[in-house]
Amino acid sequence: MHETRDSIKDIWGGRTPYYGSWPERVDERTLEEPERWVQSACVLCSNDCGMDIGVKDGKIVGVRGRAVDRVNHGRLGPKGLHAWEANNSPDRLKYPMIKRNGKLEQASWDEAMELIVRRSREIIEKHTSNAIGFYTTGQLFIEEYYTLGVIGKAGLGTPHMDGNTRLCTATAAASLMESFGSDGQPGSYTDLDTTELIMLAGHNMSNTQTVLWTRILDRLSGAKPPVIIVIDPRRTWTAAKADVHLAPRAGTNVAVLNGLQNLLIEMGKIDPEFITQHTTGFEVLKKTVSSYTPENVEKLTGVPEGDLRRAAQLIGEAKSMVSTCLQGVYQSNQATAAACQVNNIHLLRGMLGRQGCGVLQMNGQPTAQNTRETGCDGALPAFRNWDNPSHIEELARIWNVNPVIIPHWSAPTHAMQLFRYCEEGSIKMLWISATNPAVSMPDLARIREILDKRDLFLVVQDAFLTETSHRADVLLPAAIWGEKTGTFTNVDRTVHISYKAVEPPGEARSDLDIFLDYARRMEFKDKDGQPLIKWNDPEGAFEAWKVCTEGRMCDYSGMTYEKLSKGSGIQWPCNEKFPDGAERIYTNFVFNTGFEDCETFGHDLDTGAVTSLQEYKAIDPKGKAWLRASDYHSPHESPDEEYPFWLTTGRIVYHFHTRTKTGRSKELYDAAADAFLQISETDASRLGIKEGDWVEVTSRRGMVQMQAAVGKIEPGQLFIPFHYGYWDGDFRPRAANELTITEWDPVSKQPHFKYAAVKISKISPQQLSEDPDKEKQKGVFQSIGSLIDTISGAILIGGRH
Amino acid sequence: MFIANYIGLLHGSETHLKDSLLKVAEHHKSEPDIEYICQMLAGWSDMHIQHLEHFIKRYEEAKESEPDKLQKTLFHGIRKGALGLLRDLHDLYLLATEVEISYMVITQASQALRDDELEKFCKDAIKETERQINWLKTRLKQSAPQVLVAAG
Ligand code: SF4
Repeated sequence: MHETRDSIKDIWGGRTPYYGSWPERVDERTLEEPERWVQSACVLCSNDCGMDIGVKDGKIVGVRGRAVDRVNHGRLGPKGLHAWEANNSPDRLKYPMIKRNGKLEQASWDEAMELIVRRSREIIEKHTSNAIGFYTTGQLFIEEYYTLGVIGKAGLGTPHMDGNTRLCTATAAASLMESFGSDGQPGSYTDLDTTELIMLAGHNMSNTQTVLWTRILDRLSGAKPPVIIVIDPRRTWTAAKADVHLAPRAGTNVAVLNGLQNLLIEMGKIDPEFITQHTTGFEVLKKTVSSYTPENVEKLTGVPEGDLRRAAQLIGEAKSMVSTCLQGVYQSNQATAAACQVNNIHLLRGMLGRQGCGVLQMNGQPTAQNTRETGCDGALPAFRNWDNPSHIEELARIWNVNPVIIPHWSAPTHAMQLFRYCEEGSIKMLWISATNPAVSMPDLARIREILDKRDLFLVVQDAFLTETSHRADVLLPAAIWGEKTGTFTNVDRTVHISYKAVEPPGEARSDLDIFLDYARRMEFKDKDGQPLIKWNDPEGAFEAWKVCTEGRMCDYSGMTYEKLSKGSGIQWPCNEKFPDGAERIYTNFVFNTGFEDCETFGHDLDTGAVTSLQEYKAIDPKGKAWLRASDYHSPHESPDEEYPFWLTTGRIVYHFHTRTKTGRSKELYDAAADAFLQISETDASRLGIKEGDWVEVTSRRGMVQMQAAVGKIEPGQLFIPFHYGYWDGDFRPRAANELTITEWDPVSKQPHFKYAAVKISKISPQQLSEDPDKEKQKGVFQSIGSLIDTISGAILIGGRH
Repeated sequence: MFIANYIGLLHGSETHLKDSLLKVAEHHKSEPDIEYICQMLAGWSDMHIQHLEHFIKRYEEAKESEPDKLQKTLFHGIRKGALGLLRDLHDLYLLATEVEISYMVITQASQALRDDELEKFCKDAIKETERQINWLKTRLKQSAPQVLVAAG
């Protein structure tokens, strides 16, 4: 056993102070001495740290960071160092299962796939392929997404395909499209190495991307440390490092950001030349933000006037600036509008496209960027515009199909709508890959009902039995990271290759092989009667993907598996012009808004109404960025007499998503074994609640019970981590999403997890209710009983360290 | 001068639009976006109606029965389900275009009357009516294929 540090206790590791070039520090954790190392990258958050997988006797025995990699320079965080243990978990799914008489029973691959094909054909015949939907993930590889995308769009021709990335990253994409015409991050991680100011909006980076936070901690301890501004209602570890911490009330981001813009304009801290030459919409923006005076903003948001002024002053003085946004913006009221206001600040000050200046509209999941790029996330492949006929023709040419097969009569169906169609019965087959909506979606009672509908044929491919997968009619065992080869891209456009290091358990197959098998059995053909999918392996899929991206902004055409295997990950665009990838995009300040290229014609930020092709042609900004203005609107559900508290939900440092992987590492499991309710000292003492007391939290949609953790949050606000469900034992109701609201941003369609009105009451341990998911197949879940025994009961909270 | 009649017509149609938006929000609660967006759009119509009072006083509104008739044919009883929603959105669209064209007509008249205030009001309001129409179009386009092809 070799461990460079105990990352559970020492999350970010020791400091390597710097300015300019981030020093290497190789983090490692192996349980045995590896026989060989296999190149890969971490898939436990959107940072995608380069790592090598240590293998011995055909088993993964540990990992170490890749010193050459531009993303992490060798470092790894607690999830990266531990969660690989999930690969070796005894409760991996090992063979396909078919539900017979209400019970999942072992089946052969032939039986399972034939059943899926038969049902697909029956449904298409009776109801067209509009009755088939796909709900995928942010954790597969490019090769798998792209194959799935082509199957959906050119094989079946269904508009119903989305990813759980809708829950984590849709607003990043939407805001980039609204401001710059297309998805694609303007910034680069290296901007953090020299920038004078970092603004984190709704982004608790210290918890969500620990290695990226390490980069900032190292800057803070080196020469010329950057100024930090944090916008977050909670006093997080991130906020603790802030020079100015703005803690607005839930749902009021737009008001705060309008206030900042108003002050910047008033103080003359804007770049008029940049605004005139490279943007459009300034006058409307100026008028809109003019009423957001510091006094008004304080009334709307609770942020003290002086703090707002101080933040604006610091931004106004900085010669370079990087901003990041995450779920505190994306999953809250007016998500897209708020994220656009962050883009605006950079546009107003001309702080883009050069060293030290960038916006990082963060992603949540490791391969979320690729769901978006490949067209599995309510978009068309390679940032093409569903509303632009020439883009559809281009795709039809690439796939050699008739353009009419590609659904483009409306925007591809977003996840929330997809589940609504299942609920009302017009989608009759839903294929879920590598995600767990029965814990991660809002209003779980409703989601469970939908998944359990008798007239919904549910296919799930996953590595484990989860709260979702046990509901499947056909359950397919999937190989995961380390057991298959593929590529994926992080938030600063860095593409990594991850090689197969070991064999998957039992009969498990890669998601790519499953999709390829389906395509073969369904006999999808191109125009000439040849197989639609012309590749059989990951590298073939990657080569096909390169063709699809050539000439587009996310150009992969200059990459090969060989090139990606040489050292560091490589940023797109990578082509003839940039054979080693481009550090930044928009360096000439020509944005992707031109009519011919743009990925969207834009939306009304308040209603989500789309701008038509004709309307856009008339106002074609031809490469100027959009300054999008928006007034603040209060959230649709606010605390009232009956439900007096704001609930916000989120992540903790040791877990990812619904813990299907992180929950299978004993150390990570123990570090944060159970959900908890974070409550302010004021509210706790008023209600007679002490640390560790049991409380019941109720919203209009459901109820949860958990122990209280007191402090580090504003009065009136409550926080519950969303990772906890029911797979690891019989629990009382404890999934945060029992409480959340079925409602979404009008543009990005990302659900509003960050606010719901709730009430709380103290209860005794005897009053705990039954497991709401108790119908799950107990027999199969029992194999993880040993893990449950290790529950320490300790609760761990974001702000306490 | 018939301007008073037309302001009456507009007042009636805008009121019907608001009421119908609220009804649709209520009837189709299970479509979460419909509920809150229709409520928001009804709020815009409500603002217009409040502003209109001022001009009604100025031009002494003459009541018009036309919009009442219009609404009666469009909304008779609650329509349920996905097809019901499609039909309701369709009708809302027709109501909104009635409002839009009324603003356009009155804008023209306001110019001839040299009533800058009325002209400005109409020009601002029509922008929001257009946004209402655009949303209805977007949502109709989204619903139509699913309802007409896959449902049932
Ligand atoms: S920061 Fe993210 S990608 Fe890096 S090791 Fe941690 S979980 Fe993995």
